Amino acid sequence: MSPVSRSAILGLLLGLVLLPGCVQEMANQPRIDPLEPSAFFPDGSGARPQVPGTIARGQLYADNAATTGREDGEPVQTIPIEVSAGLLAEGRKQYGIYCDHCHGSAGYGDGMVVQRGFPHPPTYYSERLLNVPDGHLFAVITDGLGRMPGYKARIEPQDRWAIVAYVRALQLSQHADASELPADLRNELTATDE
Amino acid sequence: MPQIFHPSMNTISRVSIFGAVFFVMAAVGVGAAIVRSPYATEVGVVRVQPVPFSHQHHVGDVGIDCRYCHRSVETEAFAGLPSTDVCMDCHSVLWADSPMLEPVRESYRTGEPLAWNRVHDLPDYAYFNHAIHVRQGVACETCHGRVDEMPLMYREETLHMQWCLECHRNPEVFLRPSEDVFAFDWEPDESTPTGEELAALHGIESKTDCSTCHR
Ligand code: HEC
Ligand code: HEC
Ligand code: HEC
Ligand code: HEC
Ligand code: HEC
Repeated sequence: MSPVSRSAILGLLLGLVLLPGCVQEMANQPRIDPLEPSAFFPDGSGARPQVPGTIARGQLYADNAATTGREDGEPVQTIPIEVSAGLLAEGRKQYGIYCDHCHGSAGYGDGMVVQRGFPHPPTYYSERLLNVPDGHLFAVITDGLGRMPGYKARIEPQDRWAIVAYVRALQLSQHADASELPADLRNELTATDE
Repeated sequence: MPQIFHPSMNTISRVSIFGAVFFVMAAVGVGAAIVRSPYATEVGVVRVQPVPFSHQHHVGDVGIDCRYCHRSVETEAFAGLPSTDVCMDCHSVLWADSPMLEPVRESYRTGEPLAWNRVHDLPDYAYFNHAIHVRQGVACETCHGRVDEMPLMYREETLHMQWCLECHRNPEVFLRPSEDVFAFDWEPDESTPTGEELAALHGIESKTDCSTCHR
């Protein structure tokens, strides 16, 4: 075999081996994907902060009790939106995402993060918390309290009320009298007692 | 007439003919193996991250919901990654002196975001959307594997078109009821509706048109 054809074959083989490494230009198009860095903006970030004085779609919050939790500067006494089974279900879901790991799934303040050394939040079943206005719970979720961060930026007002409703349901569940249950559930309860 | 070739040439010529066939097949095989190897598909490969964040700790042990950090996974195409504030919810108090968390604290002080290296990244010509999959009952586990057992994040699946299509041809097989989408180590029991029932309930069809994913 002549040296020329040998090197041609070698070159071909090398090319074959390198082929899988080829990158298409189409795989990285000149657009900014979410959270991608960008050389275009001075701070190097592709995600742009909201322009001051503008309101994003879906974020026009009316200045009423449903979004502030306050009326005439005071926390509202009762949840200002309609409470339904759907709202409670949503509250349960949101509680599981945002609250559960600190406050515990039953609300005694003994979640997993607390068991790993985070300061113990108060239980929901103290005399004080059983009697605070609903607006107070809303305000704590919104702005935080002590070591608890505020969730204003992460949970929509509607869902914050859902959580308030769920916490109220939890409180009721731990202080309920068996005689208040509907008959079929009461039968189930006595059946398990025996 | 004297023989030009020694009889042993018979063997040599056979070996070289079969050898050539074998060589071509081996070359094809090696090529295919490279394309499917972790080197090319990145399956099982761990990326260096600014902070060695462990899903095993946070999800498996502590039990934090995916949506605490990947907030838009149910509502948007992009699942979202947590900002530094989210880490500081807990780590302003917990492990507040850990040297491992210094990059998080520094990012919090300076406002410079943490630059996570992407583990899953489709080419830009393919369109993927989390919201539709999660809402129609495809679980995180089905595509991302046992995240709750990953000390460091890696790719469970190739993300090749072939993989997408394997499911898109018969999505019923992979569906779960909506409430079990975030669960791991999940097994259906007698009361769970079958895949066909779920597909009928959500109106799920097999979607294999090119324009589904290349738009
Ligand atoms: C405490 C916050 C937190 C929680 C809870 C969390 N993650 Fe993550 N996740 C992160 C961070 C930070 C990253 C980026 C670092 C990395 O890739 O390891 C990430 C990365 C990922 C990635 C890879 C992203 C990429 O680069 O392609 C996947 C997939 C993922 N998470 C899935 C999940 C799933 C599924 C759950 C719920 C079972 C979950 N995560 C819960 C913080 C979290
Ligand atoms: C809801 C609370 C919570 C959030 C939010 C959270 N962590 Fe953690 N993190 C923990 C707990 C609890 C531990 C301890 C786990 C254990 O003891 O097994 C921990 C441990 C760690 C460790 C190991 C620390 C060490 O020195 O061993 C790292 C690193 C870490 N987290 C990074 C992060 C990052 C990065 C984020 C943000 C994306 C984050 N965490 C968000 C609760 C949280
Ligand atoms: C049908 C498969 C599939 C399911 C189900 C799925 N993912 Fe993904 N995930 C992907 C793909 C594909 C990517 C890469 C997307 C890209 O590069 O555009 C990805 C990327 C991610 C990322 C990186 C950020 C992003 O959006 O690109 C995170 C975080 C993530 N997934 C979390 C989750 C969580 C949490 C769930 C469950 C609620 C989930 N995924 C369910 C396929 C899936
Ligand atoms: C485990 C199953 C599964 C996998 C894997 C999967 N998908 Fe899907 N995908 C679905 C289901 C189910 C739907 C909902 C179809 C419906 O509603 O009719 C869907 C819908 C979609 C849609 C929206 C279609 C439309 O027009 O409404 C896109 C886009 C999509 N998938 C892209 C992808 C891509 C890209 C991948 C691979 C990276 C992928 N999918 C992997 C199950 C899957
Ligand atoms: C379910 C989603 C989906 C559908 C449907 C789909 N593709 Fe793809 N396609 C993908 C993804 C994801 C990739 C990127 C795979 C990768 O990362 O290698 C891809 C890659 C490709 C590539 C590049 C392959 C390469 O190796 O570079 C071509 C060409 C392509 N698709 C053509 C098509 C055609 C033609 C159709 C219709 C018959 C089609 N696709 C339908 C998801 C899809």
